[in-house]
Amino acid sequence: MKNQRKERGRPIFNGDLCAQRMTKTMKHKISFPHMGKYHIVIGRLLEDLVGENGEVLTAPAITKRTIELGAKHSPEFVCIPFKYNLGNFIEALDNGANVLFHTSGDCRMGFYNEVQEQILRDLGYDFRLCILETNSRNRSLRDMYKMFKSLNPQLTWTRLISSLIFAVRIIFAMDKIEDYVRRNTGFAGDDSLEKIEKRFLTEVANARGMFHVGRIFRRYMKELRAVPLDKPKNPMKIGIVGELYVLMEPFSNYFIEKELAKFGIEVTRFINVSYLLFSPQHKIKHLIKQAEGYVTYEIGADGTDSVAKCVHFARNGYDGIIHLKPFGCTPEVNSIPICQRVSEDFGIPILYFSFDAQTSETGVKTRLEAFYDMISMKRDAGREMPEIPEIPMRG
Amino acid sequence: MNAYLGIDIGSISTKGVIIDENLKIIAHSYLWTEGNPIGAVKNVLRDLRGQISEDVSVVAVGTTGSARKLIGVVLGAQIVKNEITAHAVGTMTRVPDVRTILEIGGQDSKIILLQNGIVTDYAMNTICAAGTGSFLMSQAKRLGLEINELGELAMRSKNPTRIAARCTVFAESDLVHKAQIGHKKEDIVAGICNAVVNNYLNNVGKGKRIHAPAVFQGGVSKNVGVVRAFEEVLGHEVYVDEFGHLMGCLGVAVLAKRAVDAAGAGSEANFDFDVQDVSFVTRGKECDKCPNNCEIISIYREEELLDSWGNRCERGVSA
Repeated sequence: MKNQRKERGRPIFNGDLCAQRMTKTMKHKISFPHMGKYHIVIGRLLEDLVGENGEVLTAPAITKRTIELGAKHSPEFVCIPFKYNLGNFIEALDNGANVLFHTSGDCRMGFYNEVQEQILRDLGYDFRLCILETNSRNRSLRDMYKMFKSLNPQLTWTRLISSLIFAVRIIFAMDKIEDYVRRNTGFAGDDSLEKIEKRFLTEVANARGMFHVGRIFRRYMKELRAVPLDKPKNPMKIGIVGELYVLMEPFSNYFIEKELAKFGIEVTRFINVSYLLFSPQHKIKHLIKQAEGYVTYEIGADGTDSVAKCVHFARNGYDGIIHLKPFGCTPEVNSIPICQRVSEDFGIPILYFSFDAQTSETGVKTRLEAFYDMISMKRDAGREMPEIPEIPMRG
Repeated sequence: MNAYLGIDIGSISTKGVIIDENLKIIAHSYLWTEGNPIGAVKNVLRDLRGQISEDVSVVAVGTTGSARKLIGVVLGAQIVKNEITAHAVGTMTRVPDVRTILEIGGQDSKIILLQNGIVTDYAMNTICAAGTGSFLMSQAKRLGLEINELGELAMRSKNPTRIAARCTVFAESDLVHKAQIGHKKEDIVAGICNAVVNNYLNNVGKGKRIHAPAVFQGGVSKNVGVVRAFEEVLGHEVYVDEFGHLMGCLGVAVLAKRAVDAAGAGSEANFDFDVQDVSFVTRGKECDKCPNNCEIISIYREEELLDSWGNRCERGVSA
């Protein structure tokens, strides 16, 4: 049976070949890499699907140790998300995990799991690696069912579908709350919005069902809206674009959104899990249309998205754009010259960051501070000298 | 007479100026940092104090450069600003119509684009410190030269050696090789100057339109060989101010003045030069409350804790 599978060209990591190596009596201890706050919902989903047959061991939160471990065992020139993932895996395995979950991706990320599995096996760890396919072309419920069935023989189709829908509902609620907090936390005066979000996350992780999630979401949204904001009518606005991992994992971008909020800036970011997986806005056709005049063909991975969103931010009167990428990220490197043209055409400044394991925090802060100074001086000049007609940027 | 003090504490050198009400420089100083920012600042202060008359009173202080935070606390600065803003403001007080600022310092290099007196874009070297002053310094040492001899020597070259500009490691191996096969010293030095310029334009200036008037500053602007290389590549004159190395501290002194002016009369502080006789101690400690191991730095003035930083959460312990 298993050999047949291999012949049909299925990657062996996807099947349960690895499970053979594990003793059958061992209880599954499941872990997965971190990305932002999503460990809450992924942990909950896995718990629901595996049931009594296993437990979920969330990897310790990312710290300097995580990235040191990851960087130590990674190929030097691999992009930074790989190093974080590997560090998470090592810390999880050291805590006793024996089943690891990972996703796939459109760029180098698609090979992460294979290389990481090899590295971890070479280090002497014994585990099973399961892939949650996120690419819509390869996403298959049947494969997913089989994978979870091998972990949990009691799993039914109803259970799988309802757990997935439940998880998606939580993701949407989380992303909406996070979006509100990101836009407004710079005007709350303290971290009260973030505190509310933190309480929301703990509560939603233990929600009893779909409707309960909805009730929790509405209650917290109301609470968030009740926090008085000292927000000017036309606040300084910055859009963030770039590679998905460094956008969504604040540790990897030196908490750039928080730093921006401290300056009293409204921060907008499109990329989050619900946007990547489900938004019609993220469909390539739509993106190319949005980036009309700049992109004719797909750049690959999220490069097209970066250009399209730069155009969007420029058209909607944002004060600046920040572009984040891991050092050596090919799709984003390709998008930069096009973003630079958008910047010239619309006269909107773009600040570029490349992150790797040793980027200095002070360097990031210095550049952000200068960026803020630049856009605020630009604004002040616009306000003080209204009689000077603006030079049209495009003919 | 009211005056304003600006100090720029860079990785390699520490610069200080005192300006009067009309933004005129009345005292300036330029010394090596030598890995001891507090000591260097004390020396700069001593130097500056010797240049001003008794009736000058410093009413505001600004700091910039990589040690701006530390020195800002030590001196009780009214304003602590990043290098980019400080340089832009400083240069505009000297050359009001400047469009492009090219800057190569000891450890960093940056480009600032301006339009109608407003910064419109900037970039700074991020991951790599290739082609900065410290590279020139180590290569001067290798060739047995003083750093300030490089420029004059490069000007004598008629046939600059080609040296790889992409990366200093490659450049260095190129350099060693070319020296060993008999290239003349002045040609090699001119080659290094060209490599610095090409590296800068490829790494920092990439994709940016460089408009005249362009001002070149930072320590490396003292090297006439690099200035010539810039002019050849850009095809227009590159202006080097006699105070080019002081733009950062000049800018932050101007910003300190603006801060006092904006706060209105009565906000002037009286800066006491005797701070140079006070002992400041910094203590570093790694917090061991979680694996983040934040490196916490605390600064003490005569055993009294002034400030500490480096801590990322509420659990941090003071050093």
